[in-house]
Amino acid sequence: MAILLTKENKVIVQGFTGKEGTFHSQQMIEYGTNLVGGVTPGKGGTKHLDRPVFNTVKEAVEETGADTSVIFVPPPFAADAIMEAADAGIQLIIAITEGIPVQDMVKAKKYVKEKGVRLIGPNCPGVITPGQAKAGIMPGFIHKPGTVGIVSRSGTLTYEAVHQVGEQGLGQSTCVGIGGDPIIGTRMVEVIEMFNEDPDTEIIVMIGEIGGQGEIEAGEWIKENAKKPVVAFIAGATAPKGKRMGHAGAIIGGKLDTAQAKMEFLRSCGVHVVENPARIGAKVKEVLGK
Amino acid sequence: MNLHEYQAKELLKKFGVRVQEGIVATTPEEAVEAAKKLQELTGTQVWVIKAQIHAGGRGKAGGVKVAKSLEEVYEIAKELIGKVLVTPQTGPQGKKVRKVLVAQDVYYPGPEERHEYYLSMLVDREKETVAVIYSLEGGVDIEEVAEKSPDKIFTEHAHPTIGLLPFQARRIAFNLGLKGQAFKDMVKIVQGLYKAFTSLDASLIEINPLLKASDGKMIAVDAKMQIDDNALFRHPDIAEMRDIEEEDPAEVIASKYGLSFVKLDGFVGCMVNGAGLAMATMDLIKYHGGEPANFLDVGGKATPETVKIGFELILRDPNVKSILVNIFGGIVRGDRVAKGIVQAVEEMGGLPVPLVVRLQGTNADLARKIIEESGLDVHYTTGFDEAAKLAVELAKKSG
Repeated sequence: MAILLTKENKVIVQGFTGKEGTFHSQQMIEYGTNLVGGVTPGKGGTKHLDRPVFNTVKEAVEETGADTSVIFVPPPFAADAIMEAADAGIQLIIAITEGIPVQDMVKAKKYVKEKGVRLIGPNCPGVITPGQAKAGIMPGFIHKPGTVGIVSRSGTLTYEAVHQVGEQGLGQSTCVGIGGDPIIGTRMVEVIEMFNEDPDTEIIVMIGEIGGQGEIEAGEWIKENAKKPVVAFIAGATAPKGKRMGHAGAIIGGKLDTAQAKMEFLRSCGVHVVENPARIGAKVKEVLGK
Repeated sequence: MNLHEYQAKELLKKFGVRVQEGIVATTPEEAVEAAKKLQELTGTQVWVIKAQIHAGGRGKAGGVKVAKSLEEVYEIAKELIGKVLVTPQTGPQGKKVRKVLVAQDVYYPGPEERHEYYLSMLVDREKETVAVIYSLEGGVDIEEVAEKSPDKIFTEHAHPTIGLLPFQARRIAFNLGLKGQAFKDMVKIVQGLYKAFTSLDASLIEINPLLKASDGKMIAVDAKMQIDDNALFRHPDIAEMRDIEEEDPAEVIASKYGLSFVKLDGFVGCMVNGAGLAMATMDLIKYHGGEPANFLDVGGKATPETVKIGFELILRDPNVKSILVNIFGGIVRGDRVAKGIVQAVEEMGGLPVPLVVRLQGTNADLARKIIEESGLDVHYTTGFDEAAKLAVELAKKSG
């Protein structure tokens, strides 16, 4: 089962023929992802990596039946690419692109929400269901099929968590990088809800950071609803308080916007919080053993 | 990107926001010229000399002063230019003043009672749209107001795609109890500010205080503005306004090479790929009794060049007693990173402090071989915990 992504998903890549798009498409194909084609405006009708290239997402969907799109389009055009995918009937959009203007994302987020489409990212490593499919840029080989569901705002720190879980002889049901931008398609709590309902997931690992209230929101939900144990790490306890101008961010950020406050709050919600980021895997093993 | 008050005011004027007029000066002589010109333009008899630095809290730190004569303008400008101002937002090292804004006096006498309001806009990440924050309690420490009496802070959210509607601007003005000229001005200012916010890809605009002058006019006395770095590609004119002198030199070098660097006060330097892992590495250094000396994210390209720049940035700080390199090889292959480290260390003729390297992920075995065969004095490990512990121990020994 897993969540979001299985080998059944028909995946296209937007920004297919670019350098990033090409490299990662190849990696995804090698991993076994059902990658059915790609989109690069102006290159429609050609072939790339032995797969058809389309001018528009709509054509790609009509011709291949694609339901998932991975976006590598450069930042100035990425929000448009997200909305094009949503308009064309893609059900799962995974936006890898880093550096999209935040006000572009304000509009794109509203657009996909109204279309009822699931967006992951932007500025994220993507989604992988080990042994089945990967839609993103994570190194496939560190993952193993298993029952640990991982959700994270970070890239390499997620790989670190995956690696640690693997060292304990455990594998992952699905790993979801939700991205580190201020405005993201899917919030932490939404992924935790999915893992909670997924029969293949036994335990959930959540990797948070300073900034925003996503982890607090997740904690509140976990306290009332979680049927499965949750292990968490929050990065940024030693991060400098941003040199800032003005006060508006502090007013709206709230008091719980530090790593310490988030960890404390999550503990009060029954989450197994680790303060040592090298102990994430060990904690998962320990909690499962109980 | 942060803008100076004088730059923000110039921009806001174009969007119909009435601002306290001023002219920027970099020498006392220029300040006097500015004051004369301002007198001609506005008739002001009194001038406010305001230090231009990228930080708030200038007033309390002595960065804003009133001059009643041209002699005083000269004296105050002379005192402020070159002075280091320390405010709660500059950090303890403070910021050097390089420019002053000579501004008109807007606290002139008149029939109406003056009042200072607070008005700001930013992208609210929880509501996923632009928020307008406003209060009757302007001109003071607004964070304190927010903490002690949050009921005095109001928020209005723009529609993500339609924008801030006229009725919302009116609601803000009514809510502040404004009437007549002040009401009309406020509606115009809120709408102008929103237009500026969206047209210029701002991430923050803050007007504190927004003054109701004694003739009922609403005037932006101060303006803080931040532009979304990711959107600068469509605002080349604003990108030109960047004042590199206001930024940390190490951070400027780092950004030139696509690295992200922030200096801290500790003694263990670190170089990591990815912001999340970099923060976790700093946390782990602290967990084992050390203090991180910096945040350094080398991103996806740990080439010999970037690794060398990274080492140089870290070693600018004499407090650094050891360096921890933590790279999780994904797309970046461990062997490439190892070669980069070896080459950088050789080019630099060795490092003055112990170096701990932790490489994990793609080609970690090859990486170990490269480091070991280089014959360099590098402590290599694949364990995260072990690496951080070792870096702290070595730092304490060499310190």
